[in-house]
Amino acid sequence: MSSGMRTVHSADRPPELPCFANVLASVEAIGKGVLTDHVKSVDEDARFPIEAIEALKAESLLSAYVPKEYGGHGLTITEICRLCETMGRYCASTAMIFAMHQIQVACIVNHAQSSSYFRQYLHDLVRHQYLLASATTEIGTGGDLGASICALEIEGDEFSLEKMAPVISYGQQADAILVTCRRSPDAPKGYQVHALVHRDACKLDEISGWDTLGFRGTCSSGFKLSAHGNVNQVLPVSYADIHVRSMHPIAHLTWGSLWLGIALDAVRLARGSVRKAARKNTDDRDIPSLRLAELDERLFLMRSSLHDTMREYEALAAAGDDNAFSQFGFGIRVNNVKVLCSEMVVEIVGKALGIVGISGYRNAGELSLSRHLRDAYGAALMVNNDRIRGHNAAMQIALR
Amino acid sequence: MESDSKVSKANGEGLGAIDGVVRAVLDQSGKLPVEIDALNQDADLYEAGLTSLNTVDVMLGLEDHFDIEFEESMLTRATFQSIGALVDAINHMLD
Repeated sequence: MSSGMRTVHSADRPPELPCFANVLASVEAIGKGVLTDHVKSVDEDARFPIEAIEALKAESLLSAYVPKEYGGHGLTITEICRLCETMGRYCASTAMIFAMHQIQVACIVNHAQSSSYFRQYLHDLVRHQYLLASATTEIGTGGDLGASICALEIEGDEFSLEKMAPVISYGQQADAILVTCRRSPDAPKGYQVHALVHRDACKLDEISGWDTLGFRGTCSSGFKLSAHGNVNQVLPVSYADIHVRSMHPIAHLTWGSLWLGIALDAVRLARGSVRKAARKNTDDRDIPSLRLAELDERLFLMRSSLHDTMREYEALAAAGDDNAFSQFGFGIRVNNVKVLCSEMVVEIVGKALGIVGISGYRNAGELSLSRHLRDAYGAALMVNNDRIRGHNAAMQIALR
Repeated sequence: MESDSKVSKANGEGLGAIDGVVRAVLDQSGKLPVEIDALNQDADLYEAGLTSLNTVDVMLGLEDHFDIEFEESMLTRATFQSIGALVDAINHMLD
């Protein structure tokens, strides 16, 4: 405060943000530290990874996708994906929570900045590091994200909303939930909007628990959600537009990235096992090392397909033509990434287990692949692959 | 609302005929939960319940009727967003 000039300068200048390499390094450090320390209890107790989320908040990473003018990191989706991949190597549940949160943030950033309410919300999100959850699927719609039964009931400026949600991942722990619903009780099922409901204006009655094989820390229980809010909490464009431009591609790319993280760690364990054996026996290392080389080819394919689609996504984003995201060809490739990566992660972890052998089959120990394998099997089920293939099959007919 | 340029491209009857075929194909293949005749030219078909799966059947129906082929770059939501947008797309292909 000694120099007036200086004070004016520092107030004008936005706070210094670390470059992406530094962000990645801090996520790597959180992965090696906090995630590794708690992954076992998160998995065993099917509990929310509170320590991990607090560590991410401390680095302001819940606003990683929020543009710099609001004080966020302003990362690209490709960079967000890299963070998901990094976390996926240490704790897939934490990575999934981070991915799902960033998808919600992206819906607001990409579609709601015309609203003064949401511009303020982005500032608040940066300051308070709010955690956002998602309630898209609904009991009775057969898993179709493009249809809702629940609807906004609007009176004056206020809405109320009730939804039977078969899953809301970390719903109990989130600060707010983005909910898809019909615009009004007389609207057709596809006439959807996306509403932000604050946790303190939202009652969640659990209708099903979350004692699953894998992704146990995501705490994805089912709930009857009863919420109210102001109509300015409804995103200003239709959910159909949000889905095509943001929800669909960003979900598949971030999920694919964290599944890649699971696969990378499984291959790391297999490589460690082969190296250990090679040290002991220099004569007979052919078969395990060949298997490892084959495994790395599969990993290469998984990563390449993911990165190829990321590049296409970023090119469309850079071109600024939102309609281009709805091209059937792009939609098919985004679906291919989900289907391919979710099945490859099972294959890669399974083959890694074959290389590691019985040490990988044990539930405990440094070479255990138990959690990797259980987590991997969830990937094809969250948004069922056959539903996705059904969409692709229809679009294939139209494609030239 | 039809713009002047569109009206000048095809005569009024032609446009009306295309509009009628689009509505008939939507009625047959669109599986919309609403009356097609109740929709105006600008009504959002996706919001009215058109799914991406049914979009493909609508496209095939229109291709058969007009003996046209949708180019890949036209296979976007915007092309199928409304009856008016479909009429525009068909006019473009018939040109």
